[in-house]
Amino acid sequence: MQRTVLYRRHVESGARFGPFAGYEMPIQYEGVLAEHRAVRERAGMFDVSHMGEIRVRGPRALPLLQRLTPNDVGALHPFRAQYSALLTERGTFIDDLLVYCLDPEDYLLVVNAASRARDLELLEAAAAALGHGVRVDDQSDETALIAVQGPRAAEIVADVVGGEAAELRYYSFLHQDGEERMVSRTGYTGEDGFEIYTAADRAEDLWAEFLERGSDAGLMPAGLGARDTLRLEAGMMLCGQDIDEETTPIEAGLSWIVKWKKGDFTGRDALVRQRENGCRHRLVGFEVEGRGIARHGHRLTVRDAPGCTGPVTSGAFAPTLGKAIGIARLDCAGGGPPEPGSAATVTVRGREIDCRIVRLPFYRRPKRGVRGGARFR
Amino acid sequence: MIPDDRLYTAQHEWLKVEDGEAVLGITDFAQQELGDVVFVELPAPGQEFAAGSEIGAIESVKAVAEIYTPVAGSVETVNEGLEDAPELVNEDPYGGGWLVRLRVDDEGPRDELMTAADYEAQLAG
Repeated sequence: MQRTVLYRRHVESGARFGPFAGYEMPIQYEGVLAEHRAVRERAGMFDVSHMGEIRVRGPRALPLLQRLTPNDVGALHPFRAQYSALLTERGTFIDDLLVYCLDPEDYLLVVNAASRARDLELLEAAAAALGHGVRVDDQSDETALIAVQGPRAAEIVADVVGGEAAELRYYSFLHQDGEERMVSRTGYTGEDGFEIYTAADRAEDLWAEFLERGSDAGLMPAGLGARDTLRLEAGMMLCGQDIDEETTPIEAGLSWIVKWKKGDFTGRDALVRQRENGCRHRLVGFEVEGRGIARHGHRLTVRDAPGCTGPVTSGAFAPTLGKAIGIARLDCAGGGPPEPGSAATVTVRGREIDCRIVRLPFYRRPKRGVRGGARFR
Repeated sequence: MIPDDRLYTAQHEWLKVEDGEAVLGITDFAQQELGDVVFVELPAPGQEFAAGSEIGAIESVKAVAEIYTPVAGSVETVNEGLEDAPELVNEDPYGGGWLVRLRVDDEGPRDELMTAADYEAQLAG
């Protein structure tokens, strides 16, 4: 089992650890509910250094990424990021990822730890097939990643890394060469927030500085437990659990990452067929109305369409909403996905519990001024 | 401190027997392991259970733990306060966070149950 460079800091903060994607990761410190609330109301800080960072550089980096990912990398300006994926020929997810454009010949892909080796292999094979013009480097081990998330994240991050961070727009970033770090206005919690990519040997000091200078604003360390309930409330998919090699972006409600007009890319033909013929499987959100909590693996069935049924891929008690929620992968045969509001049931320990299909996301952050950093402009 | 006025199971439940009735709960160690409890599923009064059978479940934010009764009996009452305040299991596992009160059939020896000292030794393990 691997550890991130921040392991000692977590021990000092009283973390409880658990295995995640081959890493011994902090699951919680004070408690999942307290950490979840801190991120929604103030700020929380996560060590997500297990994520992989793969650098793709060279004159042919852009055509290679255009070919391998469904979103339009050509539309990406320097210092902007985009959500995208690596797909199979069947149009299904190998991984979901962020593409950062440092310049039109220099990209950083941020990938999930569990699929990092496979992603790297795929990128290297594609680069080798081109023969020249692209260099692929795995920078995961020398890079640490700290996420600071919550309504007070901007003031905390500005205080620690400089005021220009607070002016970043959503999905944009800045590069601080001297500090060997990148500050990005992105996250996986549904709140405003930042992800700071830093040289691994500087991560411990940076973590400590955030803790110290963020404490007045209510910042607390938060573990993967809270990260999971936060991302689920925000309707964000977890790769390897909600989306996987049996799921396409269309089935997952992520059609917006597929840019049909940009030219060919891996999986495009399969996705075109799905767009034209409809898809059999659908990821849907649901709320539990009865007493109980649906978990991964339980079965959800739409009441008026008993043929429309499938496993819960993520299910948890949603602390901000005060009720249980989940995402299920329904097989609706020819029927099409259920309308939001449809009644459904989930079977938990032999008991049928009433649910309702709802639109994602479950939670949207209240507008505090204008979205992203625009209010600072 | 582990109260010595009751008995314990290897699965971190406690059982307090008095006058043909047994109160069942989970230990402080168990609630810590589970984390924030958000829902407790309890049986209906009158339901009968064999020793070792599943009597309910405790759901925390991150996990679910089934509760087993170490003794046979029928449900006398359940802790209805947990419906609105499941966090009582975290805050007061040996008191206000009790789960079920059973009418037990036999008063015989319960070999598989541990004293507080034995349970403490198991935790120290």
